[in-house]
Amino acid sequence: MNVEFAALALILVFPALGVIFNLFFGARLGRGAVNLVGPGVMFLAFAVSTWAFVKILAMPAGGALYCPLWRWIEAGSFHVELGLRVDALSGVMVMVVTGVGSFIHLYSVGYMAHDEDYARFFTYMNLFALSMLILVLADNILMMFVGWEGVGLCSYLLIAFWYTNPEFAYNGRKAFIVNRIGDAGFVLGILTILSALAHHGVWTLNFVEIQSHAGLIGTTAATAAGLLLFLGATGKSAQIPLYVWLPDAMVGPTPVSALIHAATMVTAGVYMVARLNFLYMLAPDAMAVVATIGALTAFFAGTIAIVQPDIKRVLAYSTVSQLGYMFLGVGSGAFAAGIFHVMTHAFFKGLLFLCAGSVIHALEGEQDMNKMGALRKRLPITFWTMFIATLAITAVPGFSGYFSKDLILEGAYESGHFWLWLLGAITAGVTGFYMFRLIFMTFFGESRVEADKLHHVHESPPVMTIPLIVLAVFAAIGGWVGLPEGLLWGDAFARFLSPVVGNFKPAVEASPAMLSAIATGLGGLGILLAYVCYLRMPGLPVIAAWRAKALYDLLLEKYRIDELYNLIVTRPLFFISDQVLNRGVDRMVIDGAANGAGLVVEAGGEAARRAETGNVQHYAFVYLLGVIGIVAYYLYLVIR
Amino acid sequence: MVSLSWLMALSAAIFVIGVGGFLTRRNILVMFMSIELMLNAVNLAFVSLGSRLGTMDGQVIVFFVMTVAAAEAAVGLAIIISIFRSRETVHADDLTLLKW
Amino acid sequence: MPAGLFWFLAALSILAALGVVLQRNPVHCLLALVLTLLAIAVLFIGQDAIVVGFLQAIVYAGAVMVLFLFVIWLLNLPVESGPTGHLALKLFGTLAVAALLAELAVFLVPSRLQLKFSSAHAAGYGSIDALSQTLFSEYLIAFEVTSVLLLVAVIGAVALARRTTQAELQERKEASARVEKAA
Repeated sequence: MNVEFAALALILVFPALGVIFNLFFGARLGRGAVNLVGPGVMFLAFAVSTWAFVKILAMPAGGALYCPLWRWIEAGSFHVELGLRVDALSGVMVMVVTGVGSFIHLYSVGYMAHDEDYARFFTYMNLFALSMLILVLADNILMMFVGWEGVGLCSYLLIAFWYTNPEFAYNGRKAFIVNRIGDAGFVLGILTILSALAHHGVWTLNFVEIQSHAGLIGTTAATAAGLLLFLGATGKSAQIPLYVWLPDAMVGPTPVSALIHAATMVTAGVYMVARLNFLYMLAPDAMAVVATIGALTAFFAGTIAIVQPDIKRVLAYSTVSQLGYMFLGVGSGAFAAGIFHVMTHAFFKGLLFLCAGSVIHALEGEQDMNKMGALRKRLPITFWTMFIATLAITAVPGFSGYFSKDLILEGAYESGHFWLWLLGAITAGVTGFYMFRLIFMTFFGESRVEADKLHHVHESPPVMTIPLIVLAVFAAIGGWVGLPEGLLWGDAFARFLSPVVGNFKPAVEASPAMLSAIATGLGGLGILLAYVCYLRMPGLPVIAAWRAKALYDLLLEKYRIDELYNLIVTRPLFFISDQVLNRGVDRMVIDGAANGAGLVVEAGGEAARRAETGNVQHYAFVYLLGVIGIVAYYLYLVIR
Repeated sequence: MVSLSWLMALSAAIFVIGVGGFLTRRNILVMFMSIELMLNAVNLAFVSLGSRLGTMDGQVIVFFVMTVAAAEAAVGLAIIISIFRSRETVHADDLTLLKW
Repeated sequence: MPAGLFWFLAALSILAALGVVLQRNPVHCLLALVLTLLAIAVLFIGQDAIVVGFLQAIVYAGAVMVLFLFVIWLLNLPVESGPTGHLALKLFGTLAVAALLAELAVFLVPSRLQLKFSSAHAAGYGSIDALSQTLFSEYLIAFEVTSVLLLVAVIGAVALARRTTQAELQERKEASARVEKAA
């Protein structure tokens, strides 16, 4: 049942107003005004989102709110009407985006308190929120793509926020360009869907309408579209092969990393797959690819994370790894499980980044964990909230991550992907290891902090710690909406989403308890190993690294993938651009033609001026030739 | 009286001789005289045609041609005189100021 | 005019025209030209164009040719010595001229322009009366303009042929010196 709800537009209007205010008046009206408006519009959007979500909950299953905007494209039988739609799926997403986003905006007030460019920062943050909300609320795939591009732009603007540093600017560009490659796939995917439908006379890009005509899309078209759209998702959601921008994106301010690269933007790819679940269900091959890449990425990124010394880089690779889990979930058909993990991940990963930011802020910019240690007494709130988040991410039973990760692994096993399930389970162990390594190195053990920073270390101000506490609460209890079957109210989350994403049908029978036990056990093993390595016998990691130096270096150097891409993509492109296109085509052909035209005229003139002999009789002779010609013509007329 | 054809042929012959003289001779004054030849050939043609058609228009035109030829001769000779004064030559090869 | 007279005059005028073009001495060329003009004048009279015939003889042969003669004597031109260069021009020129002549020879083709000359003219054809009738009615504006043209020609000829006075020469020297300094 669809109900029109015009207030949905406010969810977009508030961040838009924030952008305009911060852009044009922010610098003039001062820090106080910006600090009020920046987070303020987000909280307002969150309020409207909550209102809409409550309405959805009150409606019978399958209900949705919509708000038509205007007709955008009109081209014959193809037209695109913009509109907003809140159903169970986008309702969850919009709550996560505005909720977690509001608290991160609040946190940023404290984090960016010493930065001069506060107006620009909040302009970009509000602009990002606007784009992400467009993406989530869009009722057609083209509008979603507008939001998709918008968040890519804001990601670039915010990564390269301190643009005076060339490395930061480079990383911003890298993010944008790698995303662009994915976006090309996304556009091709849209066109594939459109052409498949247009073949049968249906010209639409609206999700509901595509779903109702889904039978018209053949398997080949669906597989092609699914893979192309997924290419876009690998860019936006940092999967193999286009994940390389995410670790380098950590040079941006930490709230940016929390919001964009943990909680919201990177989940856009998962949201897209869930939104188009009916399309992917038509293309089992595409889904298999999605699940495989998800599992591989999860393991791959986890292994890199275990040796990284930079606290934010560990979290970045952790994000890539957790996104891999989400794709494993949606690729196995467990769409609800994937979205569940999106939600819990937003809580605990956003919290992890904010806590890391708190630590970095306390240490005045230090990000190397080798120079941290024994901070838990000095940063109590940060420590406890980060510890809760770590318990969540390592899937300790009872915390949010446990429920969502288990549902994903269950879905993977029950859809028949045994090896992918195994990979996921092993990754759980890896996750446990690197996350507790992070905790132990940062908060426990001997203090390795530099002397001049030691006495500055203090807990962050309330404007930063309140968001930490709020998120910690959700990281702790947020998973209780999706319990295993039979326990209390069961998987209420999946039931809530089922009208939109369908129900998961297991292909293989399994015992959820057994699967959970294995995964949790492996996780525990990882935690134990970290405990041993970093608390009991601190020399052990060093010895292990020395004994397996080649492997250690490979992991530390992130498998040298960036260097590989540089070699096979970037350098050839530059070579073609410079040698072939610049020297060859531009200078020789185009300039040659342009200059050549001039040279031809010059040479022609040079030749033609020799007719000017200055001798009257020569001129008369030429004149005479003309006369002969004219007389001949008249003769011809007369003779005929 | 002969047919008009012969008169026109005579006019053509004199005209062509005038053209040949203009192209061939080097002395400016002789070139000028060739021009006068051409003009007279044309005069002959006009008068003949006018006479055949029985109208006075041919002769009126000849009247004007004569007048203009006289004026042109006067001015042209004045120019030749002033050229001769500055350059001491009337040889066509030496008068090529407009040469590239 | 009887045919025999016509042929005589035709031959005479062509020979004289060739003489204009081929003679070495400019005075001889001039004399040949006078002969041509007079032959043509007789041809005019023979076709009942009395006025223009006499005008041709008096004005053209009488005044214009005398002016030419005066100028030749004034410039004291030497006789042209031998055939000068420009063989190419002479060759191509002659060829082109021959081509033109060939084209114009179409008039001789009997089937074309076979217009018999009717010597029956209205009374008074070619007289001053008839000429001035046409001249001052249809061609009045042309007449007026031509008189202005003559005036301009007189002024132009006098201005061009005048010797520059000493004062003017001095002025020219000073002007060019000033231009030199400024450059």
